[in-house]
Amino acid sequence: MTQHHWRKLVNGLMFSLTAACALAAVCVLFWILGFLVWNGGKALNLDFFTQLPKPPGELGGGMANAIVGSAQIVLIAAVIGIPIGFLGGIYLAEFGTGAFPFFVRYTADLLNGVPSIVMGIFAYAIVVRPLHRFSALAGGVALSVILIPTTIRTTEQFLRAVPQMLREGALALGASKWKSIATIVVPAATRGVATGMILGIARIAGESAPLLFTSFGNQYWSTSLANPTASLPVMIFTYAISPYADWHRQAWAAGLVLLAVMLLLNIGARVVLAPGASHRT
Amino acid sequence: MMGTLERFTLAGPPAAVPGSTARGLAPKLKISRLNFFYGAYQALHDVELAIAANRITALIGPSGCGKSTFLRVLNRMYETVRGARVSGEVLLDGEDALAMDVNQLRRRVGMVFQKPNPFPKSIFDNVAYGLRVNGTRANVRLNDAVEHSLQRAALWDEVKDQLHKSAYALSGGQQQRLCIARALAVDPEVLLLDEPSSALDPIATAKIEELLFHLKDNCTIVIVTHNMQQAARIADDTGFFLMGKLIEFDKTEKIFKTPSKKETEDYITGRFG
Repeated sequence: MTQHHWRKLVNGLMFSLTAACALAAVCVLFWILGFLVWNGGKALNLDFFTQLPKPPGELGGGMANAIVGSAQIVLIAAVIGIPIGFLGGIYLAEFGTGAFPFFVRYTADLLNGVPSIVMGIFAYAIVVRPLHRFSALAGGVALSVILIPTTIRTTEQFLRAVPQMLREGALALGASKWKSIATIVVPAATRGVATGMILGIARIAGESAPLLFTSFGNQYWSTSLANPTASLPVMIFTYAISPYADWHRQAWAAGLVLLAVMLLLNIGARVVLAPGASHRT
Repeated sequence: MMGTLERFTLAGPPAAVPGSTARGLAPKLKISRLNFFYGAYQALHDVELAIAANRITALIGPSGCGKSTFLRVLNRMYETVRGARVSGEVLLDGEDALAMDVNQLRRRVGMVFQKPNPFPKSIFDNVAYGLRVNGTRANVRLNDAVEHSLQRAALWDEVKDQLHKSAYALSGGQQQRLCIARALAVDPEVLLLDEPSSALDPIATAKIEELLFHLKDNCTIVIVTHNMQQAARIADDTGFFLMGKLIEFDKTEKIFKTPSKKETEDYITGRFG
């Protein structure tokens, strides 16, 4: 065999191998999607969005309380996590030289890698224990601890991508540093920063582990943020490990709803990031 | 308030400021024993220079000679660079520029950069930016100032019907004139330009040179340029920098026709640089 043939053969082999792996990755994804849509689609109906869960054994019912509960918990997490992450990101991007910012950055990256259930333990220790109860608040705190490091780092990255010459242009006109940040740097990075926030929220919306022993769960409407609160991911967990076929059906439906929310958030993020979505063209 | 008074120094009697220029006028900017360091690296050595009011002063020299650094000392733009350190004295109308409030200084000493850097905002908002951050809110005043500044920057006729379009829709030359208009809007006493036409074509360059010529009636202009023809065309005075030192400073004609230093002659005759 000539060297030329050999090279063509290796080339063909490697091409097939990489393509097969790419195909496998896509297959797994579509397998999951197909499963969810098939099983979830069959189980999904209007009751799912409007009814409370029925006691085990009774057919029907829905997860209206979990949908609202998830929204509450994620909202609490966003109210805590977004401002801290956003302002922290500004600090790192605009004032971030020296030992302390390095430490903050390193810690944020470390937190990003910490298993989410650890955040749940943390929120359990600082919110559930002192208040002696599971609550939406505790769940929100647990999720905010996950949201803060991602928001800090994405905000920092997008602010850093703003050309230095825009900062100089503002400073050269007599703008103070904070004014140049507020009126030029942040607006120029809005799309990226907003995208990062949306993706961060999409991520925490699907977390179940940190909620297991913080917001816990509830078969009824939660009357206050200080009460145990149902959430979609925890409902999926609870229903999926139950012995009831009708609950399995509803777990699939919840999975599909969660997936649809993620998809919407991701598409929303892409629309925000799309060129032409803001003034910069 | 200082600015309007200063406009008349040419007509008035020379103020008794030490270090007056050869022409007997108080210098707008007086720089003494200026040394500048980036960390351990010394970028400027003992620069002494008096810049006259209402003239165009060009700073020439090879890349890395310190002319841009020098320009960035005049409005303290160097302060954005970590580890930058300056010693010596810079006087703006006799006031210590290195000690005064930096935002105040930059309102009086405007700057135009090498690459056009319009903000991602509308044309109007770009020009109004400096006024707004300085507290001007009244629309009438903003409208007037924007129109006046765009006219001074010879851009008004081209953009008057599209003031609310993105500044990014303009051509490179228009963007640079927009940046000049933006700097002029706060009515600076001194305008620093750091190779303002190096990214532009000859026609856009000619437009900028022409408008600088008109601007000097109301403004003291200091321009860093790589282009010696440009210095010869527009500057009243020219300074030649080499390796962080100001080798020679004189009337432009003298620098280009009969320079007194050998280094200057070598540079302008193209023997190096």
